[in-house]
Parts: sequence; structure tokens; C-alpha cells
Amino acid sequence: MNAVVEAEGLTKRYGDHAVVDSISLTVHPGEVYGFLGPNGAGKTTTLRMLLGLISPSGGTATVLGERPGSAAALGRTGSLIEGPSFYPYLSGRDNLRVLATYANVRGSRIDEVLELVALSARGRDKFTTYSLGMKQRLGVAAALLQDPELVILDEPTNGLDPAGMRDMRRLVREMATGGRTVVLSSHLMSEVQQICDRVGVIDRGRMLTESAVQDLRGGGELIISATPADTARDRLTAMPEVEHVRVEEGVLRVRADDRHTADITRVLVTAGVAVSEVRRDTRQLEDVFFEMTGQSINTAKELDHV
Amino acid sequence: MSEIFRVTRAELFKLVRRPAAWVLLATAVLLSQVFAYLIPYLGYRGGGSDMLDGSSPEEILASTLPAQLVTNTIGGFPVFAGALALVLGALMFGGEYGWGTIKTLFTQRPGRVSVLAGQVAALAVVLASSVAIMFGFGAITSTAIAVGENEPTAWPGVLDLLQGFAAGWLILLMWACLGAVLGVVLRGAALPIGLGVVWVLGIENLISAMAGSMLSALEPLRDVLPGVNAGSLVSAVIPPGMVEAPPGVSTSVDGGRALITLTAYVLVCVAVAIWSSRRRDVV
Repeated sequence: MNAVVEAEGLTKRYGDHAVVDSISLTVHPGEVYGFLGPNGAGKTTTLRMLLGLISPSGGTATVLGERPGSAAALGRTGSLIEGPSFYPYLSGRDNLRVLATYANVRGSRIDEVLELVALSARGRDKFTTYSLGMKQRLGVAAALLQDPELVILDEPTNGLDPAGMRDMRRLVREMATGGRTVVLSSHLMSEVQQICDRVGVIDRGRMLTESAVQDLRGGGELIISATPADTARDRLTAMPEVEHVRVEEGVLRVRADDRHTADITRVLVTAGVAVSEVRRDTRQLEDVFFEMTGQSINTAKELDHV
Repeated sequence: MSEIFRVTRAELFKLVRRPAAWVLLATAVLLSQVFAYLIPYLGYRGGGSDMLDGSSPEEILASTLPAQLVTNTIGGFPVFAGALALVLGALMFGGEYGWGTIKTLFTQRPGRVSVLAGQVAALAVVLASSVAIMFGFGAITSTAIAVGENEPTAWPGVLDLLQGFAAGWLILLMWACLGAVLGVVLRGAALPIGLGVVWVLGIENLISAMAGSMLSALEPLRDVLPGVNAGSLVSAVIPPGMVEAPPGVSTSVDGGRALITLTAYVLVCVAVAIWSSRRRDVV
């Protein structure tokens, strides 16, 4: 499986300060990849390097197998970087027309993308009259104009009200249907948790981890309420699929792969153990993030409410 | 090549819908009409023989007739229309940085060189149209004056008209490209406009005046100034005047050298703009 985006040791320095410090990441086809990190972590700089807007100080990257910023890569990539930037004296439709002409996209596609982002009714209005949510949606429409294989969105829900955020998240999920790959950056952990398949966590220019969201959250144990607990513990300890069992506050905490949950339950029931609850102790992405970055939970709440 | 053509089309689409472009064109036309026709004609009608540097009423009237169309149209290009063209160039190129649309353009398929080349081509087309419009207004007004005053309505020869049109277009293109390169290098429109206008209307005149009077060592510098060469090119393509030459029109350098110098300015400006936009990050 060829990666859609692949970066190795990507670095951007301004003087002695490394804004992005040897980041490596891989984005697979068809996934929604979340680039998670606090403000100033280096997310936008990394995305700009992937689009060829900024030249890296070191490292290598390919986008759709091509050099970042090359015509071959840009022709198959749509993007919205650091907020929507359009001509204020043109209507939304005319702004898209300019970009369609630039990119050699047929005119009828403009109507399609306006429809997709629910802006058809306001397409002929001047861009300056748009609300922030509408401007963001126009930015997404512009990103989709070339019907790209890869969409890169930088903080797409920034500044939106709750309804706007919900609409934008739905739009991002819809984008990913049909095999399209989406890379989005965000400092909102709940957002990334909701819409991303995999996530790269970045802080102070360094990539802390890159993993499936479920893997990050699902590192927790199975919690089993069973009686008698001692019998249950003995049975589970004997199972090769179970890595570790302990009894804590009257419940069993079991470390085992998710796919063995059904087997574990069956073994306990067969042994005459009464099982009243089996659940995975999944963590919130927020907890995982602050574990990694060592920041306080108060900062987490501040970040999520920016 | 098709990429550059597409960018040119898109940029023309933008420019035609940009109110600032129309305001600049209207200002250029208005200045041209007021200073080349309205004021001289009012002077003639008022009978004040000393209104325009002691010229006789007949000479003043003759200066407004169709035969003087080239002079009256491009006479103001070295300074006033040039300053407006510089503003247009700075707005067109620097505005992309101010609005942040440069990143939107640079993430489309055409490369940065194609984008810049297409933008310059669009600028050249718009300026050619502007010169044609100014010639058109001049033709209408001068013909109306000639008919109203029972004077000859003969226009300059086609070759003279074409020469005047080409010279006017090159002068405006040169000033616009200076505005454009300032817009790209300084990444905005306000500072380039301020610096450019101060240069066109102030510093050039100051250097020219100093070189012509107290400090002749400045003559070599004066002779490579964009405004001086623009004025010299105008001087080379217009017939000898019956009244005082418009501001900025001079004979400091000969027409051939002025043509080469202005063309060199255009090429250098475009090259610097391309070099700068290719080399620098879009942040």
C-alpha cells in the first residue's frame, strides 16, 4: 500500500529555532489523518511544507508520490490553509471561477461543490458578506474543486460556532467517502477523536506519536465484573490470550487484545462464573495527549475551548 | 504555455471585476481630459493669451485638436498616469499578500513562474486596453472641439498613432511592473504604493532638477531613471509642441536609449518578482 503522504525527518528552522524538528509521518490512502497539537506546535508549518508553500530546511517528503508543491502533486490535492483566503470584491462563485480557471476545472464543477457545502443559495453574494462559517465552507468548496485525491485542511473548524463545527465535521467525514484521503490539523482533541482514523501528535515541533485513534485510546484494560472473582482470575490467568490479570476494587482488570473479548467471556461463563459487566477502559484522546506532552488537564480544557 | 494563458484569463476576470482598477482608469482618463483638453479649451474660450506660458489663443486651440492626439494622450504618462499604473501593479501583486490569496493561488496547479507570468500578461493586456481607452476619449473630445470650432479634424497618421500607442503602453507597463515587483518583494500593497508614488512624484524630479542645475555629476544617474526615460520616449514620438511640454516630458536621453532602458526595467522587474516569489516561503 503506497502512502499518500510520506515525510522523513522533515525539518524547518528559522535561524537556530526549529519550528518543525525532524518529523516523520505516513498517511495511508482513504484515511482521515488528524494532525493534533497545541497552537504553535508546528502543524501549519508542516502542512505548508507538504503543499510546497514553505521549503524545508531538512528531510524529505512526498505527496501522492510526487515532490511537494509540484504541479503533479498540487493537481491532485485540495487544501485550506490557515483560514479561507479569497478576493473580497468577488462573489463566492466568482472566487471559485478564478480558481477553476487556474486549475483548468470545468465550470459545472463550481455548482457541484457549492451544492456540496450548502452555499448554492449564497454563491452570487460578495465574499465579504459571508459569515465565518460560510467562508470556511467556501474554503472547503475550493479545496474540493479539482475533485482531489488528497485534501489538506488546517484547523477547519477554527472560529466556528457549535453548529458550524458539527457541519464541518460532517463535511470532512463525507469528503473521506469514496477513497479520498483527508489530512486535517486541529488543536481540538474531541474533534480529532470524532472524525479521524489515525492521528499524529505533535508538540514543540516534534512528533510524539503516530497511531490509530482506537489504538491510542484503547490501550486500556478490559474491566470485568464477575463472581466469584478468584475463580475468574484463575481461569483467565490460564488463558494464553490474556497478558495480565489483576483484581482491583472487586473488579478484574485484564490486559488482552480486543479480538479475544468474546473468548474471555465464554471461558468465564463456561466455568460457572457470573459475568455482569465487560467493558474496555478506553481513555479520552485528551488524557493520552496530556500524558504525552506532560501538560496539565487545565491546559487541556483551555485548548479545547479556544 | 497553456497554464500561463489560463492564469492570464483568470487574472483578467479578476481585474475587470475589481473596483480599484476602474477607479484608477477613470482617474487617468479624467486627468488626461482635464489637463489636455478642458483647461486649455477654457483658456482659449476665455481669451487669456497668457494663461498657458504666453501662448496665443490659436496655439492653445491647436494644441487641443485631433492632430495633437498622441501628445495629449501620452504626454501625462511619464508622471501622472505612470503613478497610477504603479499603484495598479502594486495593488494587483501586493494585494495577493495582503488578502492571503497568494497561498490559494500557489496551491493550485500552475507553478509560481506560470502564475507570475500570467499575471504580468494580464497586466499588459489591461494596460494596453487602458491606453486604447484614453486614446479613444482623446479622439472624441478633440474631434468635438475641432467640429465646434470649425478647425481641421485630421488625425495623426496611423504610424504615428501606433508609435504613440506602443510608447504609452511601454511606459505604463514599466511603471506597473515597478509597482508589481515592489508588491512582491515587500509582500503588500500599502508600502509599495507609498514608496512608489514618493519616487515618481518627488525623488525623480528632485534628482533631475539637481542634475540639471547644481550637480551635473548626477546626470548619469538621472539618465537611467525610469521617469526620465519615460519622458524621453514620449518626447521622441510626439511632434514638436506649440505650447509647453507636459510635466515629465524631457529630452534627457534619445528615444532609442529610452526604449531600451524602459524594456530593460520591465524585464528586470519581472525577473526579480519571479526570483523572489520562487525563492521565498509563503508564510
